[in-house]
Amino acid sequence: MADVVQGPEEGAEELDKEGLFPAAPAVASRALAPGAEPLSPQGVEGGAARPTGSMLRLTVVSFLENKLAVAGLGILVLLALFCFVGPHVYLTNQKTVNPVINNLGPTGSHLLGTDGEGFDILGRLMVAGQSSIEIGLAAGLLAAVFGTLYGAVSAVAGGFVDAIMMRIVDALFSVPALFLLILLAAIFSPNLPLMIVVISFISWLGPARLVRGEALSLRTREYVQAVKVAGGTQRRIVLRHIVPNTIGTIMVNTSFLIADSILLLAALSYLGLGLPDTTPTWGGMLSNGTEVIFDGYWWQLYPAGVAIVLTVVAFNFVGDALRDSLDVRLRRR
Amino acid sequence: MSGYIFRRFAQSLVVLLLVTVIMFIMFHLLPGNPARAELGVKAQPAAVAAFDKLQGLNKPVWYQFWVYLDHLAHGNLGFSYVQNSTVAQLFAQRFPKTIILLALAYGVAVIAAIPLGIMQAVRRNKFDDYVLTGASFVLYSFPTFWLGIVLIEIFAISLHVLPPNAPETTSIGGIVSDWQGMVLPVMTLALVSIASYSRYMRSSMIDSLAQDYIRTAKAKGVTQRVILLRHALRNSLIPMATLIGLSIPAVLSGAIITESVFNYPGVGLLFIQSAESNDFSVLLGLTLVAAVGVIAGNLVADIGYAVLDPRIRY
Repeated sequence: MADVVQGPEEGAEELDKEGLFPAAPAVASRALAPGAEPLSPQGVEGGAARPTGSMLRLTVVSFLENKLAVAGLGILVLLALFCFVGPHVYLTNQKTVNPVINNLGPTGSHLLGTDGEGFDILGRLMVAGQSSIEIGLAAGLLAAVFGTLYGAVSAVAGGFVDAIMMRIVDALFSVPALFLLILLAAIFSPNLPLMIVVISFISWLGPARLVRGEALSLRTREYVQAVKVAGGTQRRIVLRHIVPNTIGTIMVNTSFLIADSILLLAALSYLGLGLPDTTPTWGGMLSNGTEVIFDGYWWQLYPAGVAIVLTVVAFNFVGDALRDSLDVRLRRR
Repeated sequence: MSGYIFRRFAQSLVVLLLVTVIMFIMFHLLPGNPARAELGVKAQPAAVAAFDKLQGLNKPVWYQFWVYLDHLAHGNLGFSYVQNSTVAQLFAQRFPKTIILLALAYGVAVIAAIPLGIMQAVRRNKFDDYVLTGASFVLYSFPTFWLGIVLIEIFAISLHVLPPNAPETTSIGGIVSDWQGMVLPVMTLALVSIASYSRYMRSSMIDSLAQDYIRTAKAKGVTQRVILLRHALRNSLIPMATLIGLSIPAVLSGAIITESVFNYPGVGLLFIQSAESNDFSVLLGLTLVAAVGVIAGNLVADIGYAVLDPRIRY
C-alpha cells in the first residue's frame, strides 16, 4: 500500500517545491477562500516579481536593515549573556539565606544592594533571568506549536469540525486571560513544567486563529489540490504543506507570545500564585520588592522591573521587525 | 442588517454555552473532588453528601450539567462556603466599585488617546511621533502591577503628593470625598490603555487622511483644522468605538491587578482574595461573569461597527 502511495506523493512533492517559491507572488491566489476571515497579516499580497536571491537571504537582509530589529536582537543577546554567562563571572551566593547582610543599599561590594534574605540583587537578577526567560520561551513555543497545528487542522478539516474547533477557540477567548490563568493556577498550584503548560494554555488561541485564517487560503492553492489528487493524506497536507507556508506568521506571533508569557508569569508571581522562591524569577523578585517599598528599599523594586520591560520590549521589537521584513518581501520592489 | 444582528446574536449564544461547558469542566477538575475542594478537606461526610445532592453530583454527568445550567438561569452563580454568602451577592456588592474604576480609566484613556493619535498621525515620522511611539511601546511592555507600584513609589512615597491606597469605602460618596485616592489607580489602568489606543488611533487616522475625500477637501481650500476634525476624525473614530468593546478582556485583567495593587475593594480584589483562600465557587462564578461581559462587549462592538459604518455588510 505504501509503495502505491509513494510514487504520486513524490510527484506532489515536486509540485510543492514549485508552489513554495512562486516566481511572482501575483500568481498566488489573491482572494481568500470563501468564508475566510481577513485575519492573516499576509492576506494582502501583490507586487511584481522579486529580484534574484533566495527568499531567506532577502528576509534576513531586510530584517537587518531595520534598526528596531537590530536593537531588539542586540538587547536579547546581551540579556542572554547577562543571565547565562554572568553568574560564572560575577560570583555570588544565591543558595543560602544570610540575614546579617539583608536589605543593604547599593555599595561597592553589592552593586545593586541585597534583598530581604541577604541575596546579592545583581547576582539574583542573573539567576532569576534564566528561569524567567526559559519559562517565557518554552511557554511561547509550546503555545505556537499547539496553536499552529490546531489552526491548520481546523482549516483543512473544514465544515462542521472546523466550526466546532473555532467556536471552542471563541469560547476560550471570551474568558479574560488573567481570570483563566488565576483560576488554573489556583486549581493546579503549578510547579515549573506545569506552569509552562498553564501559561501556554492561555496563549495558544491567537496563533490558532491566525494560522487557520491563512490555511483557509492556502488549502485552495494548486499544490495542495495536487497533493489531494495524488492521494496524499490530510496529515501530510497539514504538516508538509500548510504549516511550512505559514511559518512567517508563526515566527512573528511567537515573538509576541514569548513577550506575553514573560508578563503573565510576572503577574502570577506578583499575585502570589507563581513558583516558590526556590525557583527565583524576575516576577518573584519584584513581588518581594513591592512588599518593602514603604521601608524605602527602592533598589529592590527597580532592577527586576527594568529587566522584564527590557526583555519584553526586545521581543516585541523583533516581532514587529519580522512582520515588517516579511511584509516588505511581499510588497516592495 | 437585522439578519446579521440575529446571526451574530445566535453565534454569541453558542459561544456562551461553550463557556459554561468549560466552566463545568473546570468545576470537575477541582483538586480532590468538588465537594472537598469547596467545603474543605476535613468536611463531614454528611456535608459532602448534602453538597453532592445539591449539585446533583450523584447523578449522571449530563444531568449535572443540566442542574448547573438551571442554577445559572436562575441567577445562582454558586455559594461561597468561605464567605458564607452567595456568589451573586458578593458580586453585587463589589461590582459598582469596579464599574466606577473602569469607567474613569476608560474615559481618561479615550480622552487622552484620541488627541495623541491625531497628533502622531499628523506629525507622522517626525521626531515627536517617534518619541510618542517609543513611549507607548515601553508602556505597553510594562507589567501593570509594576507600573502601579512605581507610581506609588514616585507620587506617594517620594513626593508625598497622593495617597498610596484607593478609597476603602464601598459608598460612592466616600469615593468622591477621597478622590485623591482614585488618581493613581485610574492612572495605572488608563496608561496601559492609552498606549494601545493611541497606536490604533494613529493608524486609523493615517488611513483616513490617505482617502480621496480628504484630497478633495484640501483642493477646495478647506482649512487643515476642519479637515482633521470634520472629515478625518469622524471616520477614524469608527474603529476606536469597536476597539473599546474589544478591549474589555484586557481591561478586566488590568482591573484585577490594579485593584490588588491599590487594595481597592472591587470585583478584581475579590477574585484574588478568593484565589488565595481557594474559594473556587467564587472563582468559577466570577470568571463566568467576566466571560459574559466580554461576549457582550464583542457583540456590541460588531453590531456597533455595522451601524456606524453603513458600507459594512456581512
